[in-house]
Amino acid sequence: MHPAFSVLFLTTLIGAGQGLFMALFWVETYALMGLVPAQDPGFHALGSALSLVLLGLGLFASFFHLGRPERAWRTATKWRTSWLSREVIVLPAFMGAVFVYGLAHWAGFNPSLGTLPGNQPVPLTMVLGIAGVILALALFVSTAMIYAAVKFLQEWHSPLTVVNYTLLGMASGFTLATALAAWAGNGLVPMLAGWAIILTLLGLVTRTASLIRNARIKPKSTLQTAIGIKHPRIQQKAQGFMGGSFNTREFFHHKSEGFVRMVKWTFLIATFLIPTVLLAAGVILPAEAVNLLVAAFVVQYIGLLAERWFFFAQANHPQNLYYQSAA
Amino acid sequence: MTQLALVIDLNVCVGCHACVTSCKEWNTSGDAGPLVDMNPYDADPTGTFFNRVQTFEVGEYPTTETVHFPKSCLHCEEPPCVPVCPTGASYKRKEDGIVLVDYDKCIGCKYCSWACPYGVREVDAQRRVMTKCTLCVDRIYDQSIPEWDRKPACVRACPTTARLFGDIHDPDSQVSQAIRENGGYQLMPEWGTKPANHYLPRRKTRITVREDEIERADNPLKIDSQLPKPGRDEPSLDDVTSW
Repeated sequence: MHPAFSVLFLTTLIGAGQGLFMALFWVETYALMGLVPAQDPGFHALGSALSLVLLGLGLFASFFHLGRPERAWRTATKWRTSWLSREVIVLPAFMGAVFVYGLAHWAGFNPSLGTLPGNQPVPLTMVLGIAGVILALALFVSTAMIYAAVKFLQEWHSPLTVVNYTLLGMASGFTLATALAAWAGNGLVPMLAGWAIILTLLGLVTRTASLIRNARIKPKSTLQTAIGIKHPRIQQKAQGFMGGSFNTREFFHHKSEGFVRMVKWTFLIATFLIPTVLLAAGVILPAEAVNLLVAAFVVQYIGLLAERWFFFAQANHPQNLYYQSAA
Repeated sequence: MTQLALVIDLNVCVGCHACVTSCKEWNTSGDAGPLVDMNPYDADPTGTFFNRVQTFEVGEYPTTETVHFPKSCLHCEEPPCVPVCPTGASYKRKEDGIVLVDYDKCIGCKYCSWACPYGVREVDAQRRVMTKCTLCVDRIYDQSIPEWDRKPACVRACPTTARLFGDIHDPDSQVSQAIRENGGYQLMPEWGTKPANHYLPRRKTRITVREDEIERADNPLKIDSQLPKPGRDEPSLDDVTSW
């Protein structure tokens, strides 16, 4: 498939935004359980604002993918059958949840909504956070299922697609939260960096699993089934036109095998290896923590752009069987 | 229930592209506006077509066969492109099974083209929406043209009658009979899309002639020429007289 930059930015930016929000909720849960000291609500408000900026930028990027962006409102209508429609509904809902969560923290409005057994109070922001996390997970599933639901793209049609989108988005969000914590200087760096490393390494495992799976895929369709002629040797002599068409542009990356391989190694190093080293270094060297952790996020984000590019480039659409030779 | 479809006879198609140009001509002149042609006389021409004729070579030289393969939307009975559409612009008509795009609802997100294994949907660069074969829905029901002319433009243009048009759910229709009797098949059956359009395979038209059939059994003298002229008073019978 042709990797469109609008979609690369959309999926990576909202993934980081969702991950960052989940990291904020994680910090709040830790604080509630007394594992870390209670945090200044300003940290959560700032984090929510940053998450909203990422989500907004992703939403903005998505419009460049549409031929008729002025009709985008219509996309909310077919949520019963279309994952794309579901994503379009969940994304603004999640943005709303992040906004309300951030607003409650910023305004310091946090009444207790009751008590759990053991006299544990349930603050409002905790409930808002749980709602937000559910929506964030729903958004990961919706985004990934847009790709995983297309059975013709066998490289995408796998539960690993959903797992990878979720883990990689969470990893980049937690890395960003670690950098934010270092900048705020609130002592959360070791805890968040630990989770960021865990998520990054889990992502490495599942992404490698999908690389191995995709390397072994046997295409379901062949030229024989495509034109219905059962002969082992069929060669295309003409595709019906000598210039280009939508079919030759949309479904192929138009890059060399070497370039695609280079992108694969780039994303493996930039998404997983370097951020893990920088996150660990950020914990070990508190004096340089801000620089190291910001660098970790930036490198990981660039790595994720390469990962998404490769995700698209690797998917081989069966329609390409009809477009193998121009004459 | 009606399911209109095309049946394309690969044994008859000569690859003349008349259906391609006829399709383009009809559909570029319709209510929805022209189908784009960019740089038509330049180095890198491109444009929207609902129908293409491709050419494949089957076998190894010198025992090869050239197969011309017309390709357009197959109007699947289980169209995978329809449920993925987020706006409902892509739909399958209940009354006749034609898969259509509502050009006023389409946002041009291209998702339906990803969900079509046949690659028969094309985004029009000028209209900025998804376009595809309509089975000439604006022609086959047009009361202002004579009834015999109410067929898709590609079918009307085909000089060898390689394209048949009709209801494949009616067992007595010409298309159903052609599918049944001439081994009609569907493309990429492995995906369960159940394409309505069918293709008829190449067929060998050979006659077996035995040696003794070449010789005239009623020619005992083995002379293949005019029979001897009988006398005028002799009986005049077929194979005996030659006037």
